[in-house]
Amino acid sequence: MDTVKLTTGGGVKRGARRTSIFLKWTFFIPAAVLLLMVIMAIFAPVLAPYPYDQIAMTDRLMPPFFVEGGSTDHILGTDLIGRDVLSRVIYGARISLSVALLVILITASIGTVLGIVAGYLGGRTDAFLMRFTDTSLSFPAILIALLLAATLGPGYWTVVLAISLLGWAPYARIIRGEALKLREADFVAQARIIGTSPIRIMVRHIFPNIINPLIIMVTLSVGMVILTEAILSYLGAGIPPPAASWGNMVNDGRNLIDSAWWISLWPGLAIGLVVLAGNFLGDWLRDEMDPRLRQI
Amino acid sequence: MSKVILKVEDLHTSFFTRKGVVKAVDGVSFYVREGETFGIVGESGCGKTVTGLSILRLLPEPGGQVVGGKVIMDGTNLLELDKKEMRTYRGRVISMILQDPMSSLNPVYTIGDQIAEAVRLHQGLRDEMVQQEVISALRLLQIPSPEVILGDYPFQLSGGMRQRVVGAIAMSCHPRLLIADEPTTALDATIQAQYLALFKDVQKKTNVSIIFITHDFGVVANMCHRVAVMYAGKIVETAATSTIFKAPRHPYTSALINSVPRLDRKDERLYSIKGQPPSLLNLPPGCRFFPRCSMAKEICREEEPPEVEVGDGHSVSCWGVE
Repeated sequence: MDTVKLTTGGGVKRGARRTSIFLKWTFFIPAAVLLLMVIMAIFAPVLAPYPYDQIAMTDRLMPPFFVEGGSTDHILGTDLIGRDVLSRVIYGARISLSVALLVILITASIGTVLGIVAGYLGGRTDAFLMRFTDTSLSFPAILIALLLAATLGPGYWTVVLAISLLGWAPYARIIRGEALKLREADFVAQARIIGTSPIRIMVRHIFPNIINPLIIMVTLSVGMVILTEAILSYLGAGIPPPAASWGNMVNDGRNLIDSAWWISLWPGLAIGLVVLAGNFLGDWLRDEMDPRLRQI
Repeated sequence: MSKVILKVEDLHTSFFTRKGVVKAVDGVSFYVREGETFGIVGESGCGKTVTGLSILRLLPEPGGQVVGGKVIMDGTNLLELDKKEMRTYRGRVISMILQDPMSSLNPVYTIGDQIAEAVRLHQGLRDEMVQQEVISALRLLQIPSPEVILGDYPFQLSGGMRQRVVGAIAMSCHPRLLIADEPTTALDATIQAQYLALFKDVQKKTNVSIIFITHDFGVVANMCHRVAVMYAGKIVETAATSTIFKAPRHPYTSALINSVPRLDRKDERLYSIKGQPPSLLNLPPGCRFFPRCSMAKEICREEEPPEVEVGDGHSVSCWGVE
């Protein structure tokens, strides 16, 4: 019997799909935006023209350079106490992105482990873990975070903890669904037939097959986490000044929105861009990976 | 005659569902000798697969449960082992091949990795030795150029080749008993014939015993030394394959054999058994085949027929047998 070997089969098919310009750009632009933001965060001290907390009372409330009264010294203008908005946006990327990274790391890990265990073991374990997840999902996340900030005092780690506390639940739900589906897969049955232990099956057979939905969820939640951090900071429960986070910058400009709109606009734009980029990238990944998912 | 390695005694397996208790296997007994192929035939839903899964204790959970009987492998009752001990039997002593080769392999690992997993699990060998075992397993299933196939992913292989790989995984730890659950159903006719020949060859080389689960009497005639016919969770007739074809005693067995399409009778309409098998949720008293049986008598409605020995190794459960 001949072996039908398609050594380049997968590659050809996927390559052919990538030639579509539209698909290419929906991937390229959001990926570039995110990459840029990451570079900005890493090299903030080099890129920022001023320290983020340098106060210059003489240069208060300067508009961006293209508006009358603006100057190229402060391209995006200055805030109420004369801090350079551009520098603060650049530094803000550090906090916003690192919070997102940490939170996603924590929530995705917890959610994946609980989801796989619940989905694969089923029965009482599943019922218990899922009721726990449901309970977590039923709390209003923002209120819990505010409560936490009020108890622990606002700060970087409070924000991380507050968003992570309930953030794992959606992961657990979705991963559990995937694991439930895979539990019935023939290759899992085959693994049990040769005497593989449940833990090994979960690690070696279930986990690698849920990586696709996991990656998609992670990308989609980048925006959500940054938004939550911004909301918390905006409400005053987030990163306290003088540190710059996009959320607390928007908050700073709140009262001056009709006269000094630039204080809130630029960080708001940065939040919008990252959230959009994350969502687009997530959508693209989902479209790209779904046909393969269905094959399992 | 070679010795008996597996003995199943009065096996009862039930599924506990919301609608009630489904008695999928209801008092099944048989034995398998070393190096022989024992067939279990029956229509869909008669409990053949559940019998196979009960032996390995891999019933779908929650719900499926062995509620009675014994499964004795080499003197050990598998139903009394704890979970960990049972795992050491799976793959190493008893192995199984599932129906669908397309989904029995994990899409994210290479063929070599998947066979190696079984070998590592049970034999505790070093890497070079594992490699050798993997290649010899692929050779056993006559897979051409095994060294190349090792690095391939399942999607790169044809269905027939994948089914051989599944066979190689099952045989990689030299099991003494192989349960093959309709392994050829998903394959086309020519590949099927090759695969059956391959099974015989593997058996000749390794002296493995095979429980061959199928609904196809053609496959039974080709493969099995002895065969059990199952109907609605019970074995209705057990005999040597030649006896079953020459002198079936149970009306269900003869009806099944008559339903096989034959090349030498072209003009006739294909025979089929009227009616449906009974629901396993609430079985009627008496013989389970009674509503569909052409030879039904009054007693068949009231009492279950006992198993009677009618010849050497030939037993039937039917009131029509004196």
